[in-house]
Amino acid sequence: MKIAVIVKRVPDTASVIKIGPDNKSVETDGLKFVLSPYDEHAVEQAVQLAEKGECEVVVVSAGGEECKETMRMALAMGADSGVLVKDDAITKATGKGVAICLAGALKDMGVDLIFAGKQAVDDDGSQVAERVAELLNISHASVINGFILGEGKVEVVREIEGGSYNMEIPLPALFTAQKGLNTPRYPKLPNIMKAKKKEIKELSLADIGVSEADITSGLEVTSMEYPRERSGGRVLEGDTPARVAELVNILKEDEKVIYTQRA
Amino acid sequence: MSILVILEQRGELRSCALEAASAAAALGKKAGLDVNAVLVGRSLESQADKLAGFNIKKLFLYDDEKLENYSNDAYVGIVKELVGELSATVIIGSASFLGKELCASLAGRLACELAQDVIGLDWDGACVVKKPVFAGKAIQEIKLTDSLQMVSLRPNLFTVETDGDAKPEVETRSMPELSIRTVIKDIVRASEGKIDLSEARIVVSGGRGLGGPEPFAMLQELADQLGGAIGASRAAVDSGWIDHTNQVGQTGKVVTPDLYIACGISGAIQHLAGMRTSKIIVAINKDADAPIFKIADYGIVGDLFEVVPALKEELGKLAG
Repeated sequence: MKIAVIVKRVPDTASVIKIGPDNKSVETDGLKFVLSPYDEHAVEQAVQLAEKGECEVVVVSAGGEECKETMRMALAMGADSGVLVKDDAITKATGKGVAICLAGALKDMGVDLIFAGKQAVDDDGSQVAERVAELLNISHASVINGFILGEGKVEVVREIEGGSYNMEIPLPALFTAQKGLNTPRYPKLPNIMKAKKKEIKELSLADIGVSEADITSGLEVTSMEYPRERSGGRVLEGDTPARVAELVNILKEDEKVIYTQRA
Repeated sequence: MSILVILEQRGELRSCALEAASAAAALGKKAGLDVNAVLVGRSLESQADKLAGFNIKKLFLYDDEKLENYSNDAYVGIVKELVGELSATVIIGSASFLGKELCASLAGRLACELAQDVIGLDWDGACVVKKPVFAGKAIQEIKLTDSLQMVSLRPNLFTVETDGDAKPEVETRSMPELSIRTVIKDIVRASEGKIDLSEARIVVSGGRGLGGPEPFAMLQELADQLGGAIGASRAAVDSGWIDHTNQVGQTGKVVTPDLYIACGISGAIQHLAGMRTSKIIVAINKDADAPIFKIADYGIVGDLFEVVPALKEELGKLAG
């Protein structure tokens, strides 16, 4: 069985995001880049399956040379090899273009299963994996919290608001991982060393039959701003009963955000 | 050229569907475009009444028992065909769990750009949206420049406004021939009456300061009193004190309630990203220097094990 995992390089979630002088992009100087957190769950799922049976796990990404560093993190977790669609044009592509590149790399790989994170925590685009499934014409389910591999099919638990779907999906299929799926492992030092020797195959756009025009962006970021600044408000003074009484009064009478006083 | 709004249902129209209808009406007015709507499900004719006043020209109602619950293959197939039939140029959906999947798949099939989870929608010859990135640490303004444009709207954010009481013309259609590959075996719903975190108007959230799983019961009681839901910081979730579905933050849910009460949460940047757009933030924390106080509207510096019970008591008095 062959499993592919789609991964993305993103700034660590502890990063402070600074908008660059162009007011359209983020300053990358000084940012620490990591494997997108939900992608870690995707890699973990694939590696766990590989540990249980005959499986090959290939990490797939699209972008510049720097993506290799992130891919090595997935390789250190236990993936066998990597495929990087490498072209500077991809760094300017939107989710639509990136999906075309990834699908181009995946279409002839003969994979039975594809995992990805439910979203990348940088642009929160929430669409690349689903687009890949469409381009490959395979079925998929997003935001899964449970996965059981069966014969030619899988059973998954898919999160929705206030509940979940238990679904059965035929292979080949693609799934996007939510946090509850598993607990990603921390790579051990020997595995980090081993990962440095694992192969990351490079593919050009030409290799996958994609032209720069195919991945041209159909949207334009016109500006970028910080969210509305919240200034620290009032720290309430007095003993606990007095402060609590004041707080409830404020929330009810002034802010009018308490509506349901009766159970 | 027209707008097609995709309405989400769960037996009845969800509130995000009305928000999308209202936003579509406003956009249609600005852009001078007709608005049509699509609703896929089972026995939903009566729902058309709820769509009065949104200037929706026509509601396309796809009705079949097989369509009762969301099926990616069926829903995407149906909407894709309808987009072509209507020559729709702007597609508006909801950024709910299922709505995001539907929009992403549809964008893949239509090969068009998609802005998910937008918090602002405007028109300048084309859709101009505001979209949070890095879980809201920054907000992009994006212009969709292709002829076919798709957006999904963050739930709980767009106001529902009606104009008049004109109802859409309803065209009920049967399910087209489609191959459905996935099977829903079971739908698990959270316990009755429990409010979902992402849709709650009030969120009571707990963090490291709780010290263990047990105090979440106390927060749950407070949330129940307020008609709210329980949230948690990453620290509390990673410690195994509460389920990850309760996590608020960059690797959890982004919430926009009217009232967010943070108990024993210091306010790590990853957490703030998920709740800073709440209308009113209240922080209860022992540490007066905790970053959460920098963004809280009202703060109580104190022991949450003293403050929360006092708060419950005070709210109890209101209930009288």
